[in-house]
Amino acid sequence: MTVRSLVVVGASLAGLRAVEAARKAGFDGSITLVGAEPHLPYDRPPLSKGFLAASDDEPPHFRTEEVLRDELGVELVLGEAATGLDTDRRVVRVGDREIGYDALVIATGCRLRTLPGTEHLAGVHGLRTLDDSVAVRSALEAGARTVVIGAGFIGSEVAAGATRRGLDVTIVEALPTPLVRATGTAMGAAIAGLHERNGTRLLCGTGVAAVEGDGRVERVVLDDGTVIPADLVVVGIGVVPSTQWLEGSGVTIDDGIVCDETLWTGVPRVYAAGDVASWVNPVFGTRQRMENWTAAAEQGAAAARNAIAPDQAKPYATVPYFWSDWYDDRIQFVGVPDADEVLLVDGDTETAGRWVALYRRGDRLVGALTVNGQTEIMKYRVMIAKGASWDDALAHAERRRELALVKAGAAAGA
Amino acid sequence: MKVVVDFEKCTGLGICESMAPEFFEVNDDGELVLLKEDISDEELQAVEEAVASCPTEALLIRS
Ligand SMILES: Cc1cc2nc3c(=O)[nH]c(=O)nc-3n(C[C@H](O)[C@H](O)[C@H](O)COP(=O)(O)OP(=O)(O)OC[C@H]3O[C@@H](n4cnc5c(N)ncnc54)[C@H](O)[C@@H]3O)c2cc1C
Ligand code: SF4
Repeated sequence: MTVRSLVVVGASLAGLRAVEAARKAGFDGSITLVGAEPHLPYDRPPLSKGFLAASDDEPPHFRTEEVLRDELGVELVLGEAATGLDTDRRVVRVGDREIGYDALVIATGCRLRTLPGTEHLAGVHGLRTLDDSVAVRSALEAGARTVVIGAGFIGSEVAAGATRRGLDVTIVEALPTPLVRATGTAMGAAIAGLHERNGTRLLCGTGVAAVEGDGRVERVVLDDGTVIPADLVVVGIGVVPSTQWLEGSGVTIDDGIVCDETLWTGVPRVYAAGDVASWVNPVFGTRQRMENWTAAAEQGAAAARNAIAPDQAKPYATVPYFWSDWYDDRIQFVGVPDADEVLLVDGDTETAGRWVALYRRGDRLVGALTVNGQTEIMKYRVMIAKGASWDDALAHAERRRELALVKAGAAAGA
Repeated sequence: MKVVVDFEKCTGLGICESMAPEFFEVNDDGELVLLKEDISDEELQAVEEAVASCPTEALLIRS
């Protein structure tokens, strides 16, 4: 089978990396990139970090239109969502247009879960797109009293940014402990402590009863009757994969697009990548759907390479990695959080601004979390990739602690 | 061939370190330290992967 036309649906990180990888692999057929947003592909992590903080920052676009069109030879179809897929006739529908493909990469990512009953209120935002970030930023600039609903990573970054601006900020979290799904119970609580230490109010275990206002948000009412005045409400209660447009296409959907180890959907010539893809990760032998930058970038490239040469398709394996920046602290996590044991091997979560925790499943190291442990974290990523045992990980941690003591001693003596 | 870091762009996320630990290490202050710059043929693939996976596009291979 020769592939002469590649279509990529979803013009964000995974979609862009798909296009670039296809060209890098020598693919010289036509490439069409379809994106629902009117914008050229841009980077999302800055939207809740640097871009939100600096009013004069340019939007974090990855490439100029010239590079995409001329150097990469991509036909851009932006500002319109794909509405259907016919896998028999091999066409993607975009409005009343049909785009034929020999190979297809689906990279439609995720969209925000919304809070029912708030659609009509001005001042209530999610944070997923450039437009969202611009709206939240201008509210922060206007000095909004801010309520963040949901203490996940993105909500926490927004709250940290608002606190830094000196605004009145409250985070409301329905669960007793935040970040449990991403980091486990013990570490979720420890990380959440960063908010308190930096003067951001965090209310856990209380649901939101109502978001009220006359055309514009004025207050948030909690289940326990607490009323919090608000000019800006940022809703960060998670995302769902953007797969509605695939209904009836024959592509299997189950919390994302179901793929094998090579990111193949099981439908001939159709691959998926990024936040929308659920695939079997060979490192752990389990099905996973990532919502992080590194996996989206790598999967985009891997899916495209496999889509243009399916007979040589290679599995995509990774030790998941994400980071989040709050206040002056950098949180980093590698691996998976479902563990039999989580052990703090360095630092102290109560007082120290720096700690390292390891995650054990059976006798294997499966995860590591650091707060301000930039020099430690990646060594564990390498170990997890190699299938390191728990004992090896503990021995490594011990050596690192000794090394740190020697370094500190030398510094003190100098 | 040599690997070059644009320290203006690098934010010390360390993905490069996990791909090619002989070349890159993030220090205690969260800054990237280039451990060596000359790339042998055997090392090229690992360094290329590191370059491709850097979120800030701070790495470059120069011949
Ligand atoms: C504010 C914010 C901060 C983040 N911070 C971090 C971080 O610090 N670290 C980290 O690891 N990760 C972070 N992430 C996550 C990371 O950005 C995502 O994992 C990554 O963007 C996923 O890329 P993607 O291309 O798979 O999907 P997306 O970026 O979701 O892009 C999908 C694109 O497809 C488009 N689309 C959807 N449906 C259709 C359709 N039917 N037709 C055409 N186009 C369609 C969408 O409009 C969108 O542009 C952050 C995300 C956000 C929103
Ligand atoms: S991956 Fe890029 S940003 Fe991260 S430390 Fe390496 S060079 Fe710097």
